[in-house]
Amino acid sequence: MATVAEVVDRAYRDDTGRAVATLIRATRDFDLAEEAWQDACEQALRTWPQRGVPRDPTAWLFTAARNRAIDRLRRERVGREKTAAAMQIAELEAMGDDMHEIPDDRLRLLFTCCHPSLALDARVALTLRTVAGLSTKEIARAFLVPEPTLGQRLTRAKRKIRDAGIPYVVPPREALPDRLDGVRAVVYLVFNEGYEATEGELIRTDLCAEAIRLARLLDHLIPDEPESRGLLALLLLQHARRAARTDAAGDLVTLEDQDRSRWDHALIDEGLALVDESPRTGSYQLQAAIAACHDRAPRPDDTDWAQIASLYDELERVRPSPVVALNRAVAVAMADGPDAGLRLLDPLADDLDRYHHFHAARADLLRRAGRGTEAAAAYDRALALVGNDTERRYLERRRAALAL
Amino acid sequence: MKYLLLIYADEHGFEAMSEEERHEVYAAYEVLMKDLSEKGQSLAGDELQPTSTATTVQIRNGERLVTDGPYAETKEQLGGYFLIDVDDLDAAIDIAARIPSVHQGSIEVRPIAD
Repeated sequence: MATVAEVVDRAYRDDTGRAVATLIRATRDFDLAEEAWQDACEQALRTWPQRGVPRDPTAWLFTAARNRAIDRLRRERVGREKTAAAMQIAELEAMGDDMHEIPDDRLRLLFTCCHPSLALDARVALTLRTVAGLSTKEIARAFLVPEPTLGQRLTRAKRKIRDAGIPYVVPPREALPDRLDGVRAVVYLVFNEGYEATEGELIRTDLCAEAIRLARLLDHLIPDEPESRGLLALLLLQHARRAARTDAAGDLVTLEDQDRSRWDHALIDEGLALVDESPRTGSYQLQAAIAACHDRAPRPDDTDWAQIASLYDELERVRPSPVVALNRAVAVAMADGPDAGLRLLDPLADDLDRYHHFHAARADLLRRAGRGTEAAAAYDRALALVGNDTERRYLERRRAALAL
Repeated sequence: MKYLLLIYADEHGFEAMSEEERHEVYAAYEVLMKDLSEKGQSLAGDELQPTSTATTVQIRNGERLVTDGPYAETKEQLGGYFLIDVDDLDAAIDIAARIPSVHQGSIEVRPIAD
């Protein structure tokens, strides 16, 4: 039997986004919605131990939260606020109290939290706070910012939503592609922060798991959207390798050296199925297809590098960037030898001189080409730029292993 | 909600246009203004004289300081505005994106405080 605390925890994790989204629709008040939901969960923790866990905990919590919101509006609103409060109360009462009968408002919430008129860091924080239900403390820890800073960021974002009149709607069809791209960018950013933390230790599994939850949600709320599906596939296929990406000491293990038996094959199978059923036209779909090439190979030597190079070729057409060109050069080097790769890298030097991955990749190709002295210089340049401890140690080891 | 759309553009670019090009820009503004007023979304809208005509006034320690030129020297200058009344920020952004100067300059969308 699950304890009361476990049931409430689970409901909190699973239902926060859904409940808060609906309470916001009725009240247009993020703080009120969050506080009412929080109150309901606390009330459950207090009363369920004696009265027993209700048959439908989610429905109970939602009703309690709605009533709590109405209470607060009645008691706390004074003077001029009363007129607005009366309208909010009417909305809350009109929506009934059976959560299962109420339409899912999470899509509105997601689009509002990811509105382009909010700063990117605010979009990320707000999405994690309201859609995913993470606490301010958890988000602050994940992004290595002090909790008050993160709190202010959230407060400012909510104030801007209210004062600038950011609507609580799913954008109309003509605006949807752009805005969906924006939502996916936020999800991807959450994942990347977990996958390759910019500071400190390398992987923060929690953030990756949250990003996958958000990607699943997006794919569920707007089904048959190939790029959203591509994003989900990409995240699954990358996250599947998490256990093998660092060794016992927490050091980075490259794809080539990973113990592939430690990959999460359930996630890989799910990701591969998504890749196989999707077209390969958008940038997330192409990146997922590339990740699939790696995850399909039982041993590094089985990797279809020619296929990867051609997928990067396509990706460069869809979304040209020096970083994509860098990855393409590496794939070409693996398929056709280091000299072919180096020829493609040289023209990127101007754009990527401040990017440690560029120098690390160049160092590796120079090493493979037997040009040890130049490889050492490139490793030194990469080391001067790298911010992440795990990657630094990795580069130091590679630098030391050069036979000079 | 009411929003002020501030139109920032390089005024030298506009001055350098040929008579015909300028005429086209004005015509495009006319079309937009007509549409906004037909929909009851426009409260006001004007083009400003260039910043060479600007005067900046301050009072410091009780003393009136009057200087020539705009408050801030910027690459793009405030050259006009629309005051609109629409449902929400998305509607305001959509109108901002239809202002002819959006292609060369920038439109700042500012909600009016009630």
